[in-house]
Amino acid sequence: MNTSDIHSGKARDRALASLRRAEELDSRIHAFTQLFSEKAIARAEEIDAGGAGGALAGVPVALKDNLCLSWGRTTCGSNMLRDYESPYTATAAQRLIDAGAVIIGKTNLDEYAMGSSTEHSCFGPTSNPWDLSRVPGGSSGGSAAAVAAGIVPIALGSDTGGSVRQPASLCGIVGVKPTYGRVSRYGLVAYASSLDQIGTLTRNIGDAASALGVICGHDPLDSTSSLREVPDFSRDLDAPVQGLRLAVPAQARNPANHPEVSRVFAETIEKYKQLGATIVDVDLPLIDHGIAAYYIVAPAEASSNLARLDGIRYGRRARLAPGEDLFELYCKSRSEGFGPEVQRRIMLGTHVLSSGYYDAYYNTALKVRRRIKDDFDRVFSDCHAVLMPASPSPAWKIGEKANDPLAMYLEDVYTVTINLAGLPAMSVPAGLASVAGAQLPVGVQIVSQAFDEARMLRIGRMFELATDWHTRRPPL
Amino acid sequence: MSGQTLSNDYVRKVAKLSRLNLTDEQVRQYGAQMSAVLGYMNRLRELDLEGTEPMANVGGTTNRLDEDVPGQTLPNAALMKIAPDSMAPFVKVPKVLGDGGGA
Repeated sequence: MNTSDIHSGKARDRALASLRRAEELDSRIHAFTQLFSEKAIARAEEIDAGGAGGALAGVPVALKDNLCLSWGRTTCGSNMLRDYESPYTATAAQRLIDAGAVIIGKTNLDEYAMGSSTEHSCFGPTSNPWDLSRVPGGSSGGSAAAVAAGIVPIALGSDTGGSVRQPASLCGIVGVKPTYGRVSRYGLVAYASSLDQIGTLTRNIGDAASALGVICGHDPLDSTSSLREVPDFSRDLDAPVQGLRLAVPAQARNPANHPEVSRVFAETIEKYKQLGATIVDVDLPLIDHGIAAYYIVAPAEASSNLARLDGIRYGRRARLAPGEDLFELYCKSRSEGFGPEVQRRIMLGTHVLSSGYYDAYYNTALKVRRRIKDDFDRVFSDCHAVLMPASPSPAWKIGEKANDPLAMYLEDVYTVTINLAGLPAMSVPAGLASVAGAQLPVGVQIVSQAFDEARMLRIGRMFELATDWHTRRPPL
Repeated sequence: MSGQTLSNDYVRKVAKLSRLNLTDEQVRQYGAQMSAVLGYMNRLRELDLEGTEPMANVGGTTNRLDEDVPGQTLPNAALMKIAPDSMAPFVKVPKVLGDGGGA
């Protein structure tokens, strides 16, 4: 594979280099919630001694801190789980371990993956390596920043409404959200179960293909994981797609997009034309309704999923004053444990599911969801993939949207419909925006048919082979 | 589905259903923010959804059943370790019956 050098060198040297880089940079970026220095070095030594191997032998990786590991803590960026030590390991993490990867640490996130900026964490915000005063995107912002800063070549994130693709776009790296069901969600702390999917953050598409080959596939522990066979994503990666037809929705050329995002998107379309692709103008009108549907469905599921965090069996338990009862224990523990964005989404979900509002909100959103999927299916009957921006804006300033949840939600306009439809999608580095003296990465999103990741990666690789955006590094 | 501002009392009611205690300031703040979000959702009313079936998930709508074979479970000791308060093999909770409150 003519990609990066992740497959060369001694595991111990690579683990040490990765940990050193984290130590050197993380006081400024805050990408990590924990580093597992001793454990990582010990594991690397085992691999060097021939004790373990596989497709990712000796590759340092980082995990978003909503993926369970049977060591360290699984915090979800939440005071509720700040000291939570998971008794088991997520399937995706176990597969990385079994393939020889060395987990060097866990990365910061918006609490329970609810956010688009990695500011909603009990550990404070993560910075964008390209401009430390800006957000890395979110919610997998710690994973994206760790990869962009060159600390690890591969990190896992989770993507419920864009949480892998949007931070990848804002940090100038490759972010892949596979088809719903492609990767087991066992051990991923649930946010919205019908939308959640684990994805990869890497510097290039070759590394994404390697990592996906390891984590994808059926798992008896997740009954929604697909039984479909997983192809070798790396094998034909460099082979261009013949007769490529790319759909460009009219809604993607939105004048409300940041002008630099519009410029990069137009240049990307031109590049694909030069590469022989036919651009097909299509209409996906429900993109404009995706946010409204998503922010009904996701909080509804979240309000139900997070009900388990009640201070009883694990997580934070509040102290009761004399005379206070079990109900007060639930309320106090949850109010102390959850940050404002999580509280808002739980309440929003509770509201839209309450009797009297269920039909008007939740049921309506589920109908829109079907229509969104039908619209995409129609496009895929004629095109191989859809091309859209990954985010309407480059990275914004930390704090800029902190008190305006709706403004933050609108940043997800190009990503949420894909989760509602369960499709695979990826963000690839496509340019740099000049914003107030800073050079900020801009990604472009490729959306594919369900279970068509192999071709989606090839379509991305055609662009990667013809451009050098994926080789640009932040000025750290 | 209206664009109305949620009343403080209604926000308190939803907070209670959500098992959350809010300060008066949070009631005002969350109420305003949730009202803005719900107002934005009114755009769904523009759509003609007649005849469209709701879709709760993209996978199959049938459950996949496992063979009835006993598997491994986490040992009780591992779960006691993460419980905030326990008397192995049990998790300790405040009194539920009698004067335990309406929870």
